[in-house]
Amino acid sequence: MLAALIGFLGDFELAEEATQEAFAIAAARWPRDGTPEHPRAWLITTARNRAINRIRRDRTLAEKTRLLDAPEPNEDELEEMTFSDERLELIFTCCHPALSTEAQVALTLRTLGGLGTEEIARAFLVPAPTMAQRLVRAKRKIKAAGIPFRVPADHLLPDRLAAVLAVLYLIFNEGWSARNSLAEEALRLGRAIAELMPDEPEAHGLLALMLLHDSRRAARSRDGELVLLADQDRKLWNVAQIADGRAALERALALRGRGPYVVQAAIASLHAEDSCDWPQIVALYSELLSLTGSPVVELNRAIAVAEASGAAAGLELVDRVELDSFHYLHSTRAELLRRLDRTQEARQALERALELVHDDAERRLLQRRLAGLG
Amino acid sequence: MKYMLLIHQGTTPTPNDPEAWGRLSGEEQKGIFQAYQALNETAGVTSGMQMEGPEAATTVQVKDGKTLTTDGPFVEMKEALGGYLFFEADDLDAAIELASRIPAASMGGAIEVRPLVEW
Repeated sequence: MLAALIGFLGDFELAEEATQEAFAIAAARWPRDGTPEHPRAWLITTARNRAINRIRRDRTLAEKTRLLDAPEPNEDELEEMTFSDERLELIFTCCHPALSTEAQVALTLRTLGGLGTEEIARAFLVPAPTMAQRLVRAKRKIKAAGIPFRVPADHLLPDRLAAVLAVLYLIFNEGWSARNSLAEEALRLGRAIAELMPDEPEAHGLLALMLLHDSRRAARSRDGELVLLADQDRKLWNVAQIADGRAALERALALRGRGPYVVQAAIASLHAEDSCDWPQIVALYSELLSLTGSPVVELNRAIAVAEASGAAAGLELVDRVELDSFHYLHSTRAELLRRLDRTQEARQALERALELVHDDAERRLLQRRLAGLG
Repeated sequence: MKYMLLIHQGTTPTPNDPEAWGRLSGEEQKGIFQAYQALNETAGVTSGMQMEGPEAATTVQVKDGKTLTTDGPFVEMKEALGGYLFFEADDLDAAIELASRIPAASMGGAIEVRPLVEW
């Protein structure tokens, strides 16, 4: 509804205020007169009329009194009316690279996710006034800088779609640790994007990746403690969600998608098999590495190599990864050293990982592993 | 929408620095002039006046009624404004596209796109 109004009015703040007014009018009127046959159309039309009034009111004070009692929509007229779905335009506006990443995330959750400012603030651990300020500033910039409300032209689309998907994945990962509502919101938006851009393999790839990760949520912790993939109780995996994820992955592959999200989803899909095909996972990580050049991917590839070809081969690769300040590098080294019976070095690596870790649940996991070395 | 595009040359070789400029081939020099010419001929563009380099700049501040004059630009030399142009366009995407065609954007400088207030 908000998307339709912003599309029509070209003004975020005006659209938001008008929407609130329309809901207030509905709250007063519907219980008395009954719910209209087309509630959504009624709300949009009412909000639109209110907004138009406000624009006129701002322009000419003289007309103020006459226009204040503009009619509410007539039920008969609504029957034929359809409102175009403008969520796609809206998400491209919210994720425009001329906005900071923080602003893109907040704006997407506020306008497309419909989360309240306080909720977003809590999720990102910032004070509510800070978040409110961030949203206001972003909306002002959209208006002042002339950020367009439309799907970008074809030659801009690959970059801009990547930006949108990155925002969704960021929201998902933020929700992955503890804040479930964010992960759910990211999934919902991911579904919407895949639906709205059915020919974009990366959109399906991201949806598949999020679904496959999310399917393991229930198995990922036990009594507040983290459980590693290998130790997870597979009965807790959400089978329906895995199937959904695989279906999305199939669509992406059918569209000849081979971008970073599609490849990551393919890896996640293999991890959901009963017995893991590690050589295949190594091959996919190699592909992902050539796409991203990321040292984190290099580390993951080394872990897969350790599973496929033994701890010594994996360790050799881990030692080439330049990520000294990343605790996973050291906890991975520790595990491989343990498998090679190099206990003393494994202990040192775990101690280094403990110096770098921030998350409490992860710290306790590392402490358990350190104690387990004897 | 009206935009002002502020051109920061950064480390871009310009004729203001004959030594750096001389390291470019004749082809490259020609390419830069042609790119600026194409920009100025783009519909909606109003080219700015040509500025002398930031070496010629003087910065003036008034403190306690006293005028302080210093040699050079207000910001660091390499951050100084090197030129500007105006662009009337539908939206920011069009302005970003034009900005990306300004030679300084790809040669070590940057373009700041500023919307102008319209009354």
